[in-house]
Amino acid sequence: MKAVPFVAVILVMLIAGPPFLASYWVGLLTQMLIFALLAMSLDVLLGYTGLPSLGHAGFFGVAAYAVAVLSTTYHAGFWTCVMSGILIGTLLSTLLGLLVSHVRDVYFLMITLASGMVLWGLSYRWIPVTGGDNGISGIPRLDAHAGLPFAGPVAFYYVTLLVFVVSASLLALLVSSPFGFTLRGIRENELRMKSLGFNTWLHCWVSYIIAGAFASVSGVVWAYYNGFVSPTYLDLTASSELFLMVTLGGPGTLVGPVIGAGAIVLLKNVISAYTQRWPLILGTFYIITMFGAPQGLWNLGRRRRASS
Amino acid sequence: MKIADRPIADRRCFAPRRSVFVVVLLVAAGNVIVGQPPEALPIKIGFIAPLSGPNAQNGRDILNGFLLYLQEIGSGVDGRRIDVIIEDDEAIPAVGLTKTRKLVERDKVHLMAGALLSSTGYALAPYIDAMRIPMLYPVVSADDLTQRRRSKWIVRTGYSGSQPNHAFGEYAYHTLGLKKVATIALDYAFGWESVGGFQRTFEAEGGLVAQKIWCPVFVHDFAPYLAQIPRDVDAVYALFLGRSALQFMRQYQEFGLKQRVRLIGAGTTTDEHVLPFMGDEALGVVTALHYTAALDTPANRKFVAAYRARYNRVPSYYSESMYTGAKWLVTAVEVVHGNVEDSATLVDALRHVKLTDAPRGPLELDDYGNPIENVYMRRVERVNGQLQNTVIETIPRVSQFWKYNPADYLKQPLYARR
Repeated sequence: MKAVPFVAVILVMLIAGPPFLASYWVGLLTQMLIFALLAMSLDVLLGYTGLPSLGHAGFFGVAAYAVAVLSTTYHAGFWTCVMSGILIGTLLSTLLGLLVSHVRDVYFLMITLASGMVLWGLSYRWIPVTGGDNGISGIPRLDAHAGLPFAGPVAFYYVTLLVFVVSASLLALLVSSPFGFTLRGIRENELRMKSLGFNTWLHCWVSYIIAGAFASVSGVVWAYYNGFVSPTYLDLTASSELFLMVTLGGPGTLVGPVIGAGAIVLLKNVISAYTQRWPLILGTFYIITMFGAPQGLWNLGRRRRASS
Repeated sequence: MKIADRPIADRRCFAPRRSVFVVVLLVAAGNVIVGQPPEALPIKIGFIAPLSGPNAQNGRDILNGFLLYLQEIGSGVDGRRIDVIIEDDEAIPAVGLTKTRKLVERDKVHLMAGALLSSTGYALAPYIDAMRIPMLYPVVSADDLTQRRRSKWIVRTGYSGSQPNHAFGEYAYHTLGLKKVATIALDYAFGWESVGGFQRTFEAEGGLVAQKIWCPVFVHDFAPYLAQIPRDVDAVYALFLGRSALQFMRQYQEFGLKQRVRLIGAGTTTDEHVLPFMGDEALGVVTALHYTAALDTPANRKFVAAYRARYNRVPSYYSESMYTGAKWLVTAVEVVHGNVEDSATLVDALRHVKLTDAPRGPLELDDYGNPIENVYMRRVERVNGQLQNTVIETIPRVSQFWKYNPADYLKQPLYARR
């Protein structure tokens, strides 16, 4: 609960700031929020349940593709697109969850890696539907599609902020509920949780579904923000970058992934404008963080304060 | 930069966790306050191309051609200096879109130029249209950009993938005397459209494409694909570029196919971006494209000499694309007397440029925004110890619709994998 004042300050800045920023920065903030939500959803698995998923960008991508296909090929309405995007992503995580939630550790890593690659391959190869390598462009703008009275990047930002705040609140409720504590118990010692009578398999499955659902929400928002989807959004690079956002920011917290996502989106966009060697700088940043703050940036401050 | 430097220089930066976000927002605010003056004097052109990753050489060539032309014109246009802001799209459409947003919204460029891959081309189009920024595509060859999914703000000065191949299909049947051909190509839009164009005219004349083999874009070993080639065909049509072209040529020879089955292909397979790195395995390969560095015209001789002098290598069609592209841009800017702020007039001027002295020959746009230009049938030969694409026939003024009626042509579906 120590995070409350920090979160409040950031929230006020996020609400009050954007009208005074140029459209480029508003766009960047929107991207940060979308990826922050995605990173938080992965953290339910990675940080809270202790399940390292390397295919999480798959759900994000599937939801984004659902919106893209329905809105361009079938000219579906706004709510049909949004609900289908979230539903298809969640349904997929329900099915894949059945496969993966009885394995742990490196086996979990391998199976999620493989499922992520399958989804990527599908987007790349199912050309009549996904357009293959070319992706799908021409997704209608949010204001036009949803019939909103206001348009432009600032309006889109506030819609994203609303989705983000609602989702983050739901996730915060989830992780502080008895269910959330059970997940942490599984992370710490699954055998003990089993012997206490918890159905750990069911808990892992449900946490996988929840993570998939929130990833789908961010995928839907992303499709509207970007106006374009392509296989690169769900490939291994995307999934591992997501993994880095969580580990960098601080797994097992909700603020950590937000910091990680914000930092990486910002670093990628800002440094790359100054030098072509930006992956080198980003890599150095990762390594230094892993040495200096192995539990993530957010946990570092917390641990230090607790010890002093 | 602040953010990148700090953690390296000062590890304590990590300790107060709040500072990370505060720095983030300060950097954001700082840029807004400083901002750009509303009426900047120089003409700002945003440029994107892959400058890292597997397509870096192609991107570098495009950039080199651009910079060479700007160096030649020197001071600028109508008293306004030209500033080029360069970004690397890493050959990833998503990155290309992010970088274009940065160039348009943060750097406030007046014009955009660049992009290599069709996928990047399609990804940028809706955004470019929404922001109403004129953009020149020197290379992106996706057919539909000037056919079924045209954009008002994008001007293509390169070619459509099927364009040289329509001419090539007919040439292969009549002049090369081929009756039965197998194709092997990279499995993406550029491959499908090029092969599709070749197949259409080749089969219309009476030929037969016996088999179409597709290799993944990241193919490492051609053995399983070469084994599929039927042995009773007159020729194999190959479409590759970059590393895959070098590898394919070598393995085609190692498999003993070169002596048995004649090799023809799309222009990129033997383009000058890979040709200097090939050996005798490339000799005799016939391909079709709208440019070759061996083209013997005064404009091209001058361009090749200048390019060699500055970069110490032979220009590829990618280099020529943006040399001519830059010339195209500058010509249009001259027409509007440097008034690049009026983007509607500028894009109109861009659509009506006609060049007669480009290195590749004359070019102008058709009503759909695709260049009408010469297509050259080229054969790889060794001249003075170096491989080159010698012109063996020139097909003048080829349109993207070949000899078909545009309206009928557009009723057909786009060339796809099957």
